[in-house]
Amino acid sequence: MNGPGGMATLADHKRRRIDELTARTAEGGGVSLLRDAGRRLLRNPAAIVGGAIILLFLIIAIFAPLVAPHDPVQRFPELTGGLTVDSIPGASAGHPLGSDPLGRDFASRMIYGARQTLFVGVLATLIGLLCGVLLGAIAGAAGGWVDMLIMRITDVMLALPSLLLAITLVALARQPTQWTVIVAVAVVNVPIFARLLRGSMLAQRESDHVLAARALGVRQRHIVTRHMLPNSLTAVIVQATLTFAVAILDAAALSFLGLGDPDINRAEWGLMLGVDGVRYLEVRPELAYFPAIAIILVALGFTLLGESMREALDPKNRR
Amino acid sequence: MPLLDVRDLKVVFQRKGAEPFTAVDGVGFAVEPGQTVGLVGESGCGKSVTSLAIMGLLPRRGNRVTGEVLFEDTDLLRLRPQDLRDRRGRDIGMIFQDPLSSLNPVIPLGLQVAEVLERHQGKTRQAALRQARELLDAVGIPDPARRLREFPHQLSGGMRQRALIAIALACKPRLLIADEPTTALDVTIQAQILALLKDLVDRSGTALVMITHDLGVVAGLCDTVNVLYAGKVVERAVRHDLFADPRHPYTHGLLRSVPRLDADRGGRLHQIRGSVSDNIPWPDGCAFAPRCDRVIDDCIGATVPLTPTRRRDGALRCTNPVPLEVPA
Amino acid sequence: MVRVVLRRLSQLGVTLIALMTLIFFWLRSLPGGPVDALLGERATPQTRETLTRALGYDQPIWVQYGRFLRNVVTGDFGNSIRTGEPVADVISRAFPATVELALAAIVIAVGLGIPLGYLAARHHGRLLDNATIVVTLVGISVPIFFLGYLLKDWLTQGTHLFPPSGRISTGVENTGVTGFFVLDGLLTREWDASADALWHLILPAVTLATIPLAIIVRITRAGVLDVLDEDYVRTADAKGLRNATIRKRHVLRNALLPVVTTIGLQTGTLLAGAVLTEKVYNWGGLGTLITDSISGSRDYPVLQALILLAAVVFIVVNLLVDLSYAVIDPRVRVR
Repeated sequence: MNGPGGMATLADHKRRRIDELTARTAEGGGVSLLRDAGRRLLRNPAAIVGGAIILLFLIIAIFAPLVAPHDPVQRFPELTGGLTVDSIPGASAGHPLGSDPLGRDFASRMIYGARQTLFVGVLATLIGLLCGVLLGAIAGAAGGWVDMLIMRITDVMLALPSLLLAITLVALARQPTQWTVIVAVAVVNVPIFARLLRGSMLAQRESDHVLAARALGVRQRHIVTRHMLPNSLTAVIVQATLTFAVAILDAAALSFLGLGDPDINRAEWGLMLGVDGVRYLEVRPELAYFPAIAIILVALGFTLLGESMREALDPKNRR
Repeated sequence: MPLLDVRDLKVVFQRKGAEPFTAVDGVGFAVEPGQTVGLVGESGCGKSVTSLAIMGLLPRRGNRVTGEVLFEDTDLLRLRPQDLRDRRGRDIGMIFQDPLSSLNPVIPLGLQVAEVLERHQGKTRQAALRQARELLDAVGIPDPARRLREFPHQLSGGMRQRALIAIALACKPRLLIADEPTTALDVTIQAQILALLKDLVDRSGTALVMITHDLGVVAGLCDTVNVLYAGKVVERAVRHDLFADPRHPYTHGLLRSVPRLDADRGGRLHQIRGSVSDNIPWPDGCAFAPRCDRVIDDCIGATVPLTPTRRRDGALRCTNPVPLEVPA
Repeated sequence: MVRVVLRRLSQLGVTLIALMTLIFFWLRSLPGGPVDALLGERATPQTRETLTRALGYDQPIWVQYGRFLRNVVTGDFGNSIRTGEPVADVISRAFPATVELALAAIVIAVGLGIPLGYLAARHHGRLLDNATIVVTLVGISVPIFFLGYLLKDWLTQGTHLFPPSGRISTGVENTGVTGFFVLDGLLTREWDASADALWHLILPAVTLATIPLAIIVRITRAGVLDVLDEDYVRTADAKGLRNATIRKRHVLRNALLPVVTTIGLQTGTLLAGAVLTEKVYNWGGLGTLITDSISGSRDYPVLQALILLAAVVFIVVNLLVDLSYAVIDPRVRVR
């Protein structure tokens, strides 16, 4: 059916566009929340900056042996020679950031520090996450007295400020090691993850899609593993991202209090800042500045990414 | 001279990182003193944005409002913000859809009524509260003295909407804009609130702009009706004409989607296919075309103007309107 | 209302008993038991035996547990291993120092945080807002002991703007009344003592305030932005109310509700932060006490009392916050 004159082709063209459009809206009706959130995340400059910082940090951590000019634990005669009570050698040929208080190459220690810091942060976060998620899932799925007991335990743990709890845990151990630090920082986060997961599972138990699944006769285990857990996990992942930042700050604080890893060879930023950094602040402030800036940047990166993920996932901000 | 004369009102949302979106596209209508005018349409057709634009309540950033809103010959869009503030609540009152969220949860009801009197009539707190009690009484809230001290969550939904009406009418405005005032309420309460509104505007001679998606509300209340679609007025008619002979296919479809007792048993209820978001992606042409049963080539080819019809106060924006039912 | 308080108090009781039980059994599960923990591994068998008997560790465990609970309830935590003084004395001497520091920090955090957060929200999306977000994010990412040393390094050494450590200069007379040095000076009209104490207080308080300040700014900002979108603010606008009235009566009051809860939660941050801040400035409060009790051999009696005290303070402060919440939010009152 052709209309009069040139209008026909235009109208036909537009009609086709309309058909295309209707087809597209029909199939695109259920754009998933996750894809939506991902799109918003990529549009958010804060998320990009956070992601970039984390990526850089990961690359340095992974390729530390290739990037670092020297072995981080080796003491160099040309550096130890210049060490006195109130002077630590600064930058020199071959040692771009100079020496640490034991005559080791500070630049290499900073670079390897990314690795150790990542190790402590990731392990502390992961252990806390796994234990917390397990407890929370049990509480949320079981309900009744199991739920009650688990929640009372988390109440007790949350009644103490997190750093105090970590201090207590380390102090109760006979001798601090790298592991007491990791475990202490991890345990602090267990109740947070547990409550988070339980809360979101309870909320979902009442939610429409779970009710619908139940009404359709889907088995309980299937509902928990297929419907409830995946949805709760987004919240857990956001929390884990934010926890990582807190974990490295807490580890640094423990080192500062003399409860950190006693291994003097370990190159970890929290340790470098909390022990040597503050001790030699007046002699050579760089020993504090560099690890501090590294910690601030990485913590900032994870906080930025975590906050933007939370914002992107918030259904209030859809569209 | 009309009390309110809206001319070529246009609202464009300009959000960062998104295409500008024209929510209201050249809307125009007039309200005579004491008259009740309806703005009808589906959600998303721009009727609420129109009302907010008239009141100057749209956030200034991210929105561009053009056109004229003449209230007693003063263009509200060109008033300084503080001058508009002087008129809001005094010359024009407004009530909103959700009475719970529209009342401040942490302030006693009395103050929320009294503050508008303090502001516009310079009353003292005590005098304002005394009058607030009378106002609550007038809108049918029992035991008003006690209610003054209560908080919104302690009131029922219908009572909250009555309170909002009392606030909007406190300073005896000449115009009241009601944006879906009954949508959030139970059906029985809806009828009470509508009856109250009708009674109040009739008695005080207040003009009313009624914004609704509910044709039942229009049938019971409005003198003239403007049907909006995708930010444009597509049909205007006095109430009787509109219900008797809808000309625009959209209006026609709307009326036929309402279940009727006198319809044939087993007959299917009419539906308009698609939704408001099925919009055509170019500015000219009729926005309703993708959903229209009567679409012809001319509908999508060129801009369709709003042209007066021969009926009283009537206007229509359609190239292929539903034919008038000619009495046999 | 009374029921809520009673329920929360009983919760406090349950939490404390659970906490004490945990500590009790934890100490006993350590290799070598509590006596080794108290004396260190190098003690002679004889002193070990004497102490075991003196502390009743030769008795059945449930008798020990009962006595432990009774002692705790009567406030008898035994003697500090480090100094030999009763734990209660050691703690009550340090307590006012930390409270003074924490109060000063919270005053700074609230006093600056709410206006800053409000300003940021008013400038939503513009330079001031973005700058505030960046600064607060950096603020919560800085290890506060490092910040403390930085401030100390810049503002005490060389410049001498502030004293580097302690609560009061040596040689300044101050009569102890409450243990809050600033207040004591005012009460006894020793003005210079008061001023000197205040001068000492500023840097540690600023250091300790950083994280709560950053968080309060963020919460206030988010709260104001949320409230500005609320329908009742639109209603207030439709009434033609003046901007100042809308801000004060309708926006701020609602926006501050989440801030009140945050202040309660920040007590925890303050207590933990006090440990670090006090070490930096040698403040001599509970934080210093904790550091001292864990350096070298552990002073378990002091440590366990400190842990319980921290829990009590945290729970009580949050109870108070909940009560004040009920005062400002009528929706909570009926429940």
